[in-house]
Amino acid sequence: MSLVGAVNAAEAVVMGCSAGGLHALKVVLATLRPARKVPILVVCHTASDDLQGLARLLETCSAWPVREARERERPEPGVVQLAPSGYHLLVEPSGELSLSVDGRVSFARPSIDVLFETAAMAYGPRLIGVIMTGANHDGARGLAAIRQRGGIAIVETPATAEVATMPQAALTLAGADHQASLERMGALITQLIDPRPIHP
Amino acid sequence: MIDAPLPEHQALEAFIEAMQTHHGMDLSGYARASLQRRVEQLALRDGHASIEALVKAIRRGGTSLPALVAGLSVPVTEMFRNPPIFQRLREAVLPVLASWPHITIWQAGCATGEEVYSLAILLKEAGLYERSQIFATDINEAALAKAQEGIFPAREARAWSLAYRQAGGSGSFSDYYHAAYEHIRLDSRLKANIHFAHHNLVTDGVFCEAQLVLCRNVLIYFNRELQNAVLGRFRDSLVRGGFLCLGNRESLSFAPAAKAFVAVDAEARIYRLQTS
Repeated sequence: MSLVGAVNAAEAVVMGCSAGGLHALKVVLATLRPARKVPILVVCHTASDDLQGLARLLETCSAWPVREARERERPEPGVVQLAPSGYHLLVEPSGELSLSVDGRVSFARPSIDVLFETAAMAYGPRLIGVIMTGANHDGARGLAAIRQRGGIAIVETPATAEVATMPQAALTLAGADHQASLERMGALITQLIDPRPIHP
Repeated sequence: MIDAPLPEHQALEAFIEAMQTHHGMDLSGYARASLQRRVEQLALRDGHASIEALVKAIRRGGTSLPALVAGLSVPVTEMFRNPPIFQRLREAVLPVLASWPHITIWQAGCATGEEVYSLAILLKEAGLYERSQIFATDINEAALAKAQEGIFPAREARAWSLAYRQAGGSGSFSDYYHAAYEHIRLDSRLKANIHFAHHNLVTDGVFCEAQLVLCRNVLIYFNRELQNAVLGRFRDSLVRGGFLCLGNRESLSFAPAAKAFVAVDAEARIYRLQTS
């Protein structure tokens, strides 16, 4: 069986959301069912200090386990890993995750831009970036960096997003390869992760 | 992962090499992703179009090490950061420290001093300050000078008061500072037993025998090998039964040097050097 897109098959998915993000993550993770296991790295600004509580909550909706991202570990395929509150989450060129307490970027720590920009450098074209609901501009530069290196950019359709500011900012600065409503988002990411067989 | 080094990565390695050759500063053990961002910001701050341009300036001899270090290690900290950790230090560590006649504490990576002053307040309230000496060290001389001053923006006072109470403070945070215009000046008695000193964790050795080493959110900037080497340095600095407190998302699990420690409170990242 030959595979379309296998050359640049996604090695990871990075997701960013802010205001309204908890609901958005629940909906997307509930409908995300790829056969291929890749790591999913998430920055959600509205996460409280109780990240374990958030992980447990999301896990009730998700087919994959959800936990906090840990420094010095390679991102685990088939696991949703959340940036700890108060720390930037970065992907090292070696592929390991790292954390920093450097200043806020786009008024946020963790910042979506920091995760996306470092992931773009580490994964190049084999990365899917997703920007969803939020009331600020974080993630727009990061999404542009992903596209610049040949990765795939998905933005939640602003018209149907709970808060349109963040997806709109991402579209304005970076553009997108795909726009999707929350309800279609999980299926779209699933399709992009799983390489499709060619039917002659 | 990408298959070949990116131009950005090559520029960063050239910077690391230039810092070693021209300034004798070893950055090779730093985690690359955060260093990359910091060097990009440093280049921008100093008016260079790129990291490559900054590297050229270093090679020409047109840079000063303290200025580069000040631009590279941008301190971001606050008093009683993560209040529950200070609560745990108060409950689980200070009562044991009280059993030593003289207490030596090393805070590695003190930046602009917020944390060491928080610790000083903790010791005051436990009645231990007068027999304590605290070494607060950092690689960044500009930050150290600021720490020594003990003057902070007044806009922080409210958040720090709250953090102080959450950390179990027994008085009022305002007992420890004088407000003047836009600033607060910490009570100078808090620094009587604090010695601020320049120290590079990468290259400088052990200089004291301590009952407590506090090093929060510094190791996250190092790769595994350097994390392990620095942990070994902390181990060699501590008396038997001495305590180590790390940042609340730092992990000892990868470092062979961690075998010498047992967790007192794993969630708070408080460890103790085994006695045998």
